[in-house]
Amino acid sequence: MKVIMTGNEAVARGAYEAGLVFASAYPGTPSTEILETLAQYKDALYSEWAPNEKVALEAAIGASVAGVRSLAAMKHVGVNVAADPLFTFAYTGVTGGVILVSADDPGMHSSQNEQDNRNYATAARLLMLEPSDSQEAKDMTMLGFELSEKFNTPVLLRMTTRVCHSKSLVELGERKEVAPVPYVKNIKKYVATPANGKVMRADMVGRLHDMEEYACTAEINKPEYNGTKVGVISSGIAYQYAREVFGEDASYLKLGMTFPMPMKLLKEFASKVDKVYVVEEMDPYIENHLKMAGIECTGKEIIPEFDELNVDIVHEAVTGEKAETIEVEKEAVLRPPTLCAGCPHRGFFYALSKKKNLIITGDIGCYTLGSAPPLSALDTTFCMGASISTGHGASKALERIGSDMKVVSILGDSTFFHSGVTSLMDAVYNKGTNVSVILDNRITGMTGHQENPGSGFTLMGEPATEVDIPALCVALGMKKENIYVVNPNILEEVDKALDEAMAKDEPTVIISKWPCILKKYSQEDKDNFDLSAKKCVVDQEKCKKCKVCVGVACPAIRAGENVEIDALSCTGCGVCAQACPFDAIKEVR
Amino acid sequence: MKEVKNILLVGVGGQGTILASRILTAGLIEAGYDVKMSEIHGMSQRGGSVSTQVRFGEKVDAPIIGKGQADVIVAFEKMEALRALPYLKKEGKMVVNDFEIPSMPILSGAAVYPEGILEELSANANVLAVKAAEIAEGLGNPKAMNIVLLGALVKAMNVEGIDWEKAVRENVKKGFEELNIKAFNAGYAL
Repeated sequence: MKVIMTGNEAVARGAYEAGLVFASAYPGTPSTEILETLAQYKDALYSEWAPNEKVALEAAIGASVAGVRSLAAMKHVGVNVAADPLFTFAYTGVTGGVILVSADDPGMHSSQNEQDNRNYATAARLLMLEPSDSQEAKDMTMLGFELSEKFNTPVLLRMTTRVCHSKSLVELGERKEVAPVPYVKNIKKYVATPANGKVMRADMVGRLHDMEEYACTAEINKPEYNGTKVGVISSGIAYQYAREVFGEDASYLKLGMTFPMPMKLLKEFASKVDKVYVVEEMDPYIENHLKMAGIECTGKEIIPEFDELNVDIVHEAVTGEKAETIEVEKEAVLRPPTLCAGCPHRGFFYALSKKKNLIITGDIGCYTLGSAPPLSALDTTFCMGASISTGHGASKALERIGSDMKVVSILGDSTFFHSGVTSLMDAVYNKGTNVSVILDNRITGMTGHQENPGSGFTLMGEPATEVDIPALCVALGMKKENIYVVNPNILEEVDKALDEAMAKDEPTVIISKWPCILKKYSQEDKDNFDLSAKKCVVDQEKCKKCKVCVGVACPAIRAGENVEIDALSCTGCGVCAQACPFDAIKEVR
Repeated sequence: MKEVKNILLVGVGGQGTILASRILTAGLIEAGYDVKMSEIHGMSQRGGSVSTQVRFGEKVDAPIIGKGQADVIVAFEKMEALRALPYLKKEGKMVVNDFEIPSMPILSGAAVYPEGILEELSANANVLAVKAAEIAEGLGNPKAMNIVLLGALVKAMNVEGIDWEKAVRENVKKGFEELNIKAFNAGYAL
């Protein structure tokens, strides 16, 4: 039976059919749906959200050591977090087959960078597979487990946004159980001391040779000869674009396995065509392999080295012809993403935006949108968990140079659990003075509402004991009176906590607690927060059209001739009503 | 070259383009086409511009549509129609919802919502303007706007022999089947 699936759903289906037993991940666009889909097979396999990608991969490694097939999934930047265990795991090899899914984001649809994680395969020496549609995503996941076990290596399944989130037809099969490998104590295999590591390293080099031989004859690296004039070498989604641009007359070498690179096959293919094009997204990864081997080719000199590719871009690069389009004079105004109407982050950012003489260090999550005008209340964003540590460094530096500037560091609940806890430990132990703000919206928001250690449920829907954030802060060494818990929808409360915390020369934490407005509320949410339906309306007689309310940056507020609040999108959070200097906005139930 | 049809759905995060495209692909698959569909998740969904691309035919390679390639574009919001225009084929059709959602630069006063979009589009392309919000409200639920637009899109696509009522019924929330079928038919009848 054929069904339409995203690449992510197809990876999950492939893993299920291949007898997967354990899966772990930290949510991150564009990888999130892999684990969400695996959770639906909970009768057959175990899956969980880990607090971060390093933990997810380490847990998958443990499952492999225990003898079963396992998988870890993450976005490209998550692999940076998991890189420490990854490099050594490539030395030890596996017991049960292991796939690490890296979901790269060319074009940065929802990421802070667009690193090309194919480079991880070369750096860590990982067998790498690159699907180009959903059927391949499923097939290569299944093949990946076999290859992982055959060559005793973790497999990097490298996806990109358009493979992860495009849907295409997939043939379904049955699940095949795989007998677990009985545990045998093997210190020389898994204890990576320097002495053992040296032996492992030599073994790994030998495995690479075998893998390369396989890659030269593998079905997923089969050349398609249609003529001798033009040969196209490509992989992943770029192959689909190349196929449309070069059509039926060109020959193709579509590489499904791109590390180790099948050098013999590349040379053979190149020798049979007059001109070789390499069509690949982001880095000149394939191209560099060709050039190092002295094979002439045309690649990045015409194909852009950054941003997402599409048929247009490849077509124009190859032919020099621009697509014919309809031109008009009018231009659309930009529409950047914004904090939702009713977002609990808004109140906090609005109050914070009024404070002067401070650096605001930010983090990865919906609240990164606090940097957008008119709030403009965020000065830095680097990576998960960086807000508190960069804030700590900044505050120490300011202190040293005698500056009176203050530092406020902002991150969400899930990001705090991810890697903010160690940063806070640093700030507290080393007597930092930055104000750490945890925007606790009771869920992992931006990736679409995944459970986390503070939400009270696991991925598979089991109730779980929540991390008590204030108690954790105390355990890290903070004074109770330096921990503030505020309702972000009450501006006075936020304002007061900020003033007090900023005035202290000790570590402080403000926990801004209100559930995400888009979240499906749990019983606990309903018990603890007033989530009854409300709306805000403008009293046109009192309204002076000063447009101060526009400064709260709410998409429900329309300031034309009159200021109006869109009743469909307003949730009645009341932040605009508090911002209004003329008491012209009223809450109605 | 095998003929592949390209459909582009554009709008603003939260307008229901994803559900409309899910119904669209379900109908096309049922009719035996090879279908690829692409959408973007994550941060851009938070009130930003969103687009879903659907390609169908005997065999489809790329999942996304290049400039000047869309046979039909349906815009759930007027300014998004203007933004998507470069993707329309010269002889393509455009279904435009006569509905404005100002973006943050407009709300904050840094920019002005462009006037006369429909006139400019109609002067340069084959455009059907639809008051989908009013139609959906007339049917009792303004949220069915997306399915009204889907109906108008399907009409503009001009493909035969697909049981769209079934596709709608099987993909919308339980209890809302009849409303959505009415919305679809109202859009189709335009």
